[in-house]
Amino acid sequence: MTKTAETRIPVSDIPVSRQPAASIAVVGSPNSGKSTLFNRLTGLRQRIGNYPGVTVEKHVGTLKADKRSIELVDLPGTHGLSAHSFEEQIAIDVIFGRMQGTQPPDAILAVVDATNLYQGLYLVQQLVDLGIPIVVALTMSDAARSSGIRIDVGALGSYLKGVTICPVVATTGKGINELRNALVEAPGSPPPEPAAAWPELTAAAEALVESATVPLSRAEVERVLIDGPTGNNRYVFECLGENASERVETYREELFGMDPPLAREARVRYDWVRRVLAEAQQSAPPFHSWRTRLTAWLNRPIPGTIGLFLVMAMVFQAVFAWATPLMDLIDAAAASLGALAAASLGEGALSSLVADGVIAGVGSVIIFLPQILILFLFIILLEDSGYLARAAYLMDRAMRSVGLSGQSIIPMISSFACAVPGIMATRVIPNRRDRIATILAAPFMTCSARLPVYALLIAAFVPQRDVGLLNLQGLVLFGLYLLGIVGGVLTALLIRKTALRGPKPPFALMLPEFRRPNLQTVLIQLMGRARVFLYRAGTVIFAVAVVVWALAYYPRADNIDPMLTENEAAAVQLEQSWLGRAGKFVEPAFEPLGWDWRVSSAVIAGFPAREVVVAVLGTVYAVGDEADEATLSERLTSATWPDGRAIFTLPMVIGLLIFYAFCLQCAATLAVIRRETNSWRWPVFAWAYMTMIGYVGALLAYQLL
Amino acid sequence: MAVNGKSLASLKRGQKGVIASVDATDPQVQRLMTLGLVEGAEVELASCALGGDPMEFRLFGAGISLRLEQARHFKVSFNGAGD
Repeated sequence: MTKTAETRIPVSDIPVSRQPAASIAVVGSPNSGKSTLFNRLTGLRQRIGNYPGVTVEKHVGTLKADKRSIELVDLPGTHGLSAHSFEEQIAIDVIFGRMQGTQPPDAILAVVDATNLYQGLYLVQQLVDLGIPIVVALTMSDAARSSGIRIDVGALGSYLKGVTICPVVATTGKGINELRNALVEAPGSPPPEPAAAWPELTAAAEALVESATVPLSRAEVERVLIDGPTGNNRYVFECLGENASERVETYREELFGMDPPLAREARVRYDWVRRVLAEAQQSAPPFHSWRTRLTAWLNRPIPGTIGLFLVMAMVFQAVFAWATPLMDLIDAAAASLGALAAASLGEGALSSLVADGVIAGVGSVIIFLPQILILFLFIILLEDSGYLARAAYLMDRAMRSVGLSGQSIIPMISSFACAVPGIMATRVIPNRRDRIATILAAPFMTCSARLPVYALLIAAFVPQRDVGLLNLQGLVLFGLYLLGIVGGVLTALLIRKTALRGPKPPFALMLPEFRRPNLQTVLIQLMGRARVFLYRAGTVIFAVAVVVWALAYYPRADNIDPMLTENEAAAVQLEQSWLGRAGKFVEPAFEPLGWDWRVSSAVIAGFPAREVVVAVLGTVYAVGDEADEATLSERLTSATWPDGRAIFTLPMVIGLLIFYAFCLQCAATLAVIRRETNSWRWPVFAWAYMTMIGYVGALLAYQLL
Repeated sequence: MAVNGKSLASLKRGQKGVIASVDATDPQVQRLMTLGLVEGAEVELASCALGGDPMEFRLFGAGISLRLEQARHFKVSFNGAGD
């Protein structure tokens, strides 16, 4: 770990023209309104990157000022300077200037929710000892006023000497200019004085800082005193000079005695916060706005739960109903563009690559965009309005019983439309084990791409019979949905008991009041999600689509009988291709399932996107362009083994349906799992595991039925 | 302030209490303490999910939710009536 503090030159000593962009870290708790304020200050002058080696996004924006431009880094939310989650650790590493590729901050913008000064001042109090200038933005000061909270900024300032405090309303822009000016002045100005909260700790840190071999801040040494020399603190420990460990131990004994240090820290710091609040904050009886009434009503368990189900039903419905026309449009556009390309390029490999490989490949990526955008629009609206936290709270108990946590509910529901946005939505889950368990359970939910496969097979082979009030076909479809849910739940349970075994994560969810989402913030976040999907997942999906095209196209069959129709010729070509050969090669493995080489080829071709299997079955059984369901169904019904037995018997079809209920035939999902877990381990595991379950399920169905 | 040994979990909806003691041995409880659930803080039970678990408390105006098993680590003394 490198320490760069000693090489830092005060910005004021450098000529203006040579000054590097000063960097200000934006620090605050998750619901402090940090992102809204960040967007308000930087507008569209921001870019999203990644911290090295992790999936946490790094948001950097530019604050335009007269003299120089200032870089704002929006850090992941944190309640304090001791990390309890992976994202908090990143925020803390950046604050302490020990994150590779991110310059140490020249100043801090601490974002504090004015309606929650209590927790906010705990964070500010820790930041004050960093030894760099601090600007505090009191956000949502309008909401504070309407809920009867009056903050005396002068009195607050007398406890935080040297800290600039700016009340703002980020949504309307009130106070933003004053804040901007304060931020411009901040880099290079003198750091704040230590707060008088915990003189013993400050003194101990001061003494250790003086004898250190490298310049350190009091805050860094305080963390070593409180958290001990663990993990990312270790380098500080090494900078403390001779017999550091003994001296730290002596101080720790004096400071904490038998108390757990973290508990003592909380007690001492919040004691100070209460003293400050007693003087700087007055609470009148709250004014009953529509917001507080709505909150109070949704707080009752039964209306709250009913409300949650209505909201989820609406989201699910919207993702399905609104996205379908757009997806059909993209599908049709890709098809006609492909036909146009094929017509203008004539016959040959290039034409086929462009039409069937590139255009179809790109189409298979952007076809997911409508669902992703609609789902994320809802998720961002729910998150920004504060409802998502409440949904997690209401569903926590039910989800806990299956080894997940309340925050898993939105990703799981979303996955019924499409696992891709569902998996992207797992970012709201703070615990890594819970998050990966949710990611592995999500692809089991019956997504919209499984529907065409189900529809085709059920319509062709499941008899239209009434079972009591219900229809057998509908019952089978319902059973397949149920199968997916059971598979997902059991997987989550299993994985939390084995590979992801670990202590139950602390569940401490802050439940913000409902507030109106900010349009700018919603749109910026939505664009970010779309971009991430197109660039990161899109490239993988596209590559796989082109590979499958090549497998079906090469090698060319040279002895096609010119008397054959176009469709029959295509079927002969497919049999000759690598794909057909692969289908024949794996036929022995799939014969116990009742699949011939043609079914196997179709299943292999469906690897990048399971719905492709319908089209490939069409080609391989020589239905060609008229692959509407009626003709394809007839063809499939009459398909036989060489000895004349029917291939598509009811047990075989049920097995095939079970296979499709479980197998993970979706390159987009795999690419997103790779992206979200930052390793190939989980997508490979998920693919192998789900394919195996599908295979065993199909085998059992064929052999036993 | 008399400690009558009742835990946070025994608050009724709308009832307020002041945290009187915390059993801080569990690291999860220490985490909750860093969020402000410490001795001397006034809390009010705002709501429960179905089945009474998890519970939502008001802490200086902010909503914070705890599971039943975590709420049991906090003892409160009452100073207000519930509804």
